[in-house]
Amino acid sequence: MTDTVLQRFSFIQAAHRKVGRLWLFMAVVIALLVLTPILALAWEALHGSSDLWPHLFAFVLPTALTQTLTLLLGVGILVILIGTGSAWLVTAYDFPGRSTLEWALLLPLAVPTYIIAYAYLDILHPIGVVQGAIRAVLGYSSPREFRLPDIRSMTGCIVLLGFVLYPYVYITTRAMFLTQAANLIEAARTLGTTRSRIFWRVALPLARPAIAVGVSLALMEALNDIGASEFLGVKTLTVSVYTTWITRSDLPGAAQIALAMLFLVIALIVIERWARRRQRYSLTAQRNRSFTPRKLGGFAGWMAFCSGFVPVFIGFVAPAAYLAIEAWKRFHMAGLSRQLVSEASNTIIMSAVATAIVLVFGIAVAYAMRLRPGRFSGVAYRLSTVGYAAPGTVIAIGILIPVAALDQFIDRNAMSWFGFSTGLLLIGSGAALIYAYTVRFLAISAGAAEAGFSRIPISFDQAARSLGQDATGTFRNVHLPLSKTALAAAGLLVFVDCMKELPATLLLRPLNFETLATHLYGEAARGTYEEASIAALAIVLIGTLPVIVLAGVGRQKA
Amino acid sequence: MHGFAENAAGALTLEHISRRFGETLALDDVSFSVLPGEIICLVGQSGCGKSSLLRIIAGVDTADSGRILLGGGEIAGANRFVEPEDRNIGFVFQDYALFPHLTVEENVAFGLKKLPRHEARERAATVIERIGIGALAKRYPHMLSGGEQQRVALARALAPKPRILLMDEPFSNLDRGLRERVREETIATLRALGTTVIMVTHDPEEALSAGDKVVLMQKGRVVQATTGYEIYDHPNSLYAAEFFCPFNKVPGIYRNGRVETALGAFPATLGLPEGSPALACVRPQAFRLARSGQGLSARVVRCSFLGEIEQLAIKVEGADELLQMRTPDRIELKPGDHIHLTVEPGGVLVFPQP
Repeated sequence: MTDTVLQRFSFIQAAHRKVGRLWLFMAVVIALLVLTPILALAWEALHGSSDLWPHLFAFVLPTALTQTLTLLLGVGILVILIGTGSAWLVTAYDFPGRSTLEWALLLPLAVPTYIIAYAYLDILHPIGVVQGAIRAVLGYSSPREFRLPDIRSMTGCIVLLGFVLYPYVYITTRAMFLTQAANLIEAARTLGTTRSRIFWRVALPLARPAIAVGVSLALMEALNDIGASEFLGVKTLTVSVYTTWITRSDLPGAAQIALAMLFLVIALIVIERWARRRQRYSLTAQRNRSFTPRKLGGFAGWMAFCSGFVPVFIGFVAPAAYLAIEAWKRFHMAGLSRQLVSEASNTIIMSAVATAIVLVFGIAVAYAMRLRPGRFSGVAYRLSTVGYAAPGTVIAIGILIPVAALDQFIDRNAMSWFGFSTGLLLIGSGAALIYAYTVRFLAISAGAAEAGFSRIPISFDQAARSLGQDATGTFRNVHLPLSKTALAAAGLLVFVDCMKELPATLLLRPLNFETLATHLYGEAARGTYEEASIAALAIVLIGTLPVIVLAGVGRQKA
Repeated sequence: MHGFAENAAGALTLEHISRRFGETLALDDVSFSVLPGEIICLVGQSGCGKSSLLRIIAGVDTADSGRILLGGGEIAGANRFVEPEDRNIGFVFQDYALFPHLTVEENVAFGLKKLPRHEARERAATVIERIGIGALAKRYPHMLSGGEQQRVALARALAPKPRILLMDEPFSNLDRGLRERVREETIATLRALGTTVIMVTHDPEEALSAGDKVVLMQKGRVVQATTGYEIYDHPNSLYAAEFFCPFNKVPGIYRNGRVETALGAFPATLGLPEGSPALACVRPQAFRLARSGQGLSARVVRCSFLGEIEQLAIKVEGADELLQMRTPDRIELKPGDHIHLTVEPGGVLVFPQP
């Protein structure tokens, strides 16, 4: 009897002394940090002034929701058409310039939505380059006689977002075509399906899960967008949240709209799951042999290249060239203002600090799951990564609620204890902004760390432990060197995403603190076109770095 | 060899080790002990818990109950758990687990971080020399053959002078021809060093040849722990018997201290009631050809030539099942031939019918 009691006791002891408790503790803390803004948002929205809801339902939500849904639907259709079409084009056909097109089709990823809107507002301005040229050709002399439909419209917004967001669908769909399609397409051919019907009968159904993943990513970006919709006059939910807080200082109201957005995101995720029900990526152990593409020469080859180049041109070449020219003109005329230099350094410092924190947190969450696999660490991991789906405005409002309260609390206490005011310590120092970046982009580093670690056999951990390293030493000597490439790539991605981030930055930046993105937003919102082109060009150039990495990865796989 | 073999070879004692994974009891009250300098082979079918036991001894997994003593000191028990990095137990993994980002030299020195740098380098060089992988020192693991990787893994595990060395299927990743040679060399090295070793294997031949003692496991329990000769000649159960030899199982009846079967009666002390069903287990090599008209009469059904031996499937008159017979003699029989046989009583074991 005592024996069994003793044994049970020893079992409890054993569970307690297992390694990795510190890591698990950190993972739980990180998960709670990520969860806090979302919980705060729900709390504020539900408990705040309930008399706001009728107003919201009557006046704000119907318009904002209709506009948002229209935008999402339009962008969704457009990215499926462009993404799937271009993926099939470069997979099924071989033509001069195909290999260039393969990676060039990724380039629009480097152009944030607010930059493409900014660029095209000027390019397609009634008295701008394009319309001027058309009028010159047609012999009109004034915009009053001839003008293209205004880009500042829902249609304009859908088209522009579609041309920078289609790469999400292109990447996932192309990966599917490359890895999965070969055998099935060859089988379909032997069963008598003609080449022209292969796409509809085999490739497209096969790619459905990949398309679903790609579209949901693209739509989350579209939902997150604040610049393009605002410049182009589309009143989406994101814009409503922003104006409710900035112009009306109504935090509960903003929280309520943000909560509505969160439900939209959840709906989006549910639809994505539904669209790939019964189908998942089954990365079969077989090699990924691509099927032999059909050779197109002469005119047909030319046409293929041109049609594939259209999205690259509209989504990257034209706006990048425009920005380069404008930036050069501006630089030539006025040089670099000190303000722009300080904005660039603000951007880099903020992004670098956030990247470092995101990497450390991501590693901690993933390593805790490796050290102590189980439901507990798994849940902590999943909770830590929910931020990727939440739009920047939602996270920002969610953070604003507890952080503003905390700032007031600190200030009050500093006043009564030490006799001076700290002001808004967390918001003023930029800590709140870095918090937002961390919540939003933690999924990138946690995912990369998890994927990197999962390629390391568990026997490596055991070998290191039996050779005298503790859990942390094992990480330093084994996991870190073996996954540093994956972590570096994730770091680059996080850095660039932080640098491009606009909605959360707008809401949480300290007073009079400008980054490149907020500078651009400010100028575009005022309708002035001064140094913004230089800021935009800088963002696009740095944004191409991860695209280059991505293209390299794609090439290796292919 | 002096200056290398100063392993503080430790005695290991396992007391009532149990480990449960969800519903399955992976280890069920396992106890045995290992003397300093002994080489123990832990053997059993896959899933019998032998690798789990090894991980628990190393400390990378924790037993639910039980106690482990190493060199007299408790390293795991009710109130004490020494972390694996503080146990000084060497481990050679089935996949070798060589760190791909480190050279052979750096891999071997990995466990020597606590020594001053020059001492660590010296120690690594000594081990590399002793294991005979000096030519490979600057290479990376992916540039090595399977046999070379195995030796690097051994060198790495031995470098910190472990008190005991654990090896998990250390030869299973090698080709058949290479396996035996590497095994013999490895065992010779470990014996020369006086290292205490627990080696896990699923290969009966390897278990019998390599160790001083064989510990046979089944479903998380120790079935028998004794010398190779003893477990082969006097297995304590049908499971133990069949693990090491492909016996012919001939049913019979226990009567008057003998088991009466179609192949004859074999003496047995089974402690069963008279008339109980029993099994006579006949080794395939226990059959002898006899002159025509003597012994059992049988018909050859199949012949397979295996090189050193010939294996025959025979139908013995009165026995229901086909029996397997092995002989080193070149007897040149064809299927359908009639033969006469006797059974060597020393090659027959008797067990109760399970």
